Amino acid sequence: MTMDISISHLSKSYGFQKAVDDISFTVKTGEILGFLGPNGAGKTTTMKMITGYLDLEEGDILINGKSVREHDMKKNIGYLPEHNPLYEEMPVIDYLAFCAQLQDVADNTVPDRIKRMVKLCGLDIEKHKKIGELSKGYRQRVGLAQAMIHDPEILILDEPTTGLDPNQIVEIRDLIRQLGTEKTVILSTHILPEVEATCDRILIINRGKIVADGTADTLRKQAKGQQVLRVRIEAPDYNGVYEALKSLHTVASVDLLDKEAMRYEVESTSGSQSNQSIFNLCVNKGWVLTEMIPFETKLEDIFRDLTTN
Amino acid sequence: MKPAWIIAKRELGSFFDSLVAYIMLVAFLGFSGFFTWLFGGDIFFVKEASLQVFFGVAFWTLFFFIPAITMRQIAEERKTGTIEMLLTKSVNYRQLVLGKWIACFLLVVIALVFTLPYYITVASIGNIDHGATVSGYLGLLLMSAVYVSIGIFASSLTSNQIVAFLLALMIGILFHFIFGILASSTSGWLSEIFNSLSLSNHFESISRGVLDSKDLIYFISISLLGIFMSEYMISKKK
Repeated sequence: MTMDISISHLSKSYGFQKAVDDISFTVKTGEILGFLGPNGAGKTTTMKMITGYLDLEEGDILINGKSVREHDMKKNIGYLPEHNPLYEEMPVIDYLAFCAQLQDVADNTVPDRIKRMVKLCGLDIEKHKKIGELSKGYRQRVGLAQAMIHDPEILILDEPTTGLDPNQIVEIRDLIRQLGTEKTVILSTHILPEVEATCDRILIINRGKIVADGTADTLRKQAKGQQVLRVRIEAPDYNGVYEALKSLHTVASVDLLDKEAMRYEVESTSGSQSNQSIFNLCVNKGWVLTEMIPFETKLEDIFRDLTTN
Repeated sequence: MKPAWIIAKRELGSFFDSLVAYIMLVAFLGFSGFFTWLFGGDIFFVKEASLQVFFGVAFWTLFFFIPAITMRQIAEERKTGTIEMLLTKSVNYRQLVLGKWIACFLLVVIALVFTLPYYITVASIGNIDHGATVSGYLGLLLMSAVYVSIGIFASSLTSNQIVAFLLALMIGILFHFIFGILASSTSGWLSEIFNSLSLSNHFESISRGVLDSKDLIYFISISLLGIFMSEYMISKKK
């Protein structure tokens, strides 16, 4: 079953501060949307409004065409809150049963659902322990299990991989990817490689406004502008190389990174490429070109560009 | 109403898992038993086959014990953030509050069930007034309903359990005797109002065996008011 989320002109303020400011976007079934932004950008507020925990102020959220203002869509949504609150004194199995019952899973299918979640989230060895005795990674898995216990069409995950070790992060990412093929998933994170690894689409939000929307590649293309190359040229005199590079007509600026290693960073003028002219220069002068690395604009830089002003 | 019952079952389970229930039962039975059978104006001193003494003692012990049960209900959920988890499941405010209310009320009922041997004992040594005893228990149940509501309302105001406990006691004191004192120190319509607000007055007339619809309405409406106000506080303070 498909379930799209479409958000239009959503706003919410706390006192005088606008937490979410006129946000509009759509997420389709089978899509994993990564929600990026600095702390306090409005990610969690937006997610809480989708889950129905916070009331809407202005604008609307449509799930499958139905407004959350009038319809209770909680049964179709699985939610992992930011700090993953759990009942510490409950054993994992009992807690999952409690969540399943609250989400109105039919009584005769509850044991089955719990079994599947335990298997899916790798909780088998810890399933009889009290939640308070679990390590952070296992708590996070319990949080994911409770969010998915009723097999919701929509998953809202607020920082799902915090506190996990690198192996667990990979496992959880794989799990999310796998789920994302048939569900509508929105996840928020601070970890930039994570969005690249898991999400089909990235939404960067800053001070309550959307500042970028697209795949990692399109964001990179937008932000890249000029080509940047890191080159290493072995020549007797680094000043001569510097001057020669600078005089190339495709080059906008040259930076001497390391005198000893003779590394330079070359930025081309917009729209042009300097690979060939640098190579030809070296050939003409008899210099040895030992490295030429196109420098990829990192997602971190795009993020920093968009969210600091 | 199914979610309310699911929440109530979990909450009751956690009372018994966390020793709260055992401490509460032992302390309640200890206090009320001590003052009913062994000390001061106890049953042997009164020399009457009636549980009036017990009702008087329970009237006070429940007054202190109920806030101790109710204080964590909403406050703790707020503090740990589990309230967010609950409210994003298919649970609305009313079901949440009712679930908590039912759990606390049932714990009080369990405590009162354990005092039934008092009744059996007294009935076997003398000619007990069964009607008065039944209405005495009814009075305790109605009073507990009110204090559970007040306690949960106090708990919905804060995320600090101690603050919730003290608030519940403060609101409780108003109903327990301040309104009564005000009624006797004022006159005319003001005195009437305070009189009708005083929980002790209504409790006394019920525990004496007089079942008046006015008293029933009083207890039920204050309990409901507490529940509605808790709902409102939870919806406003997230």
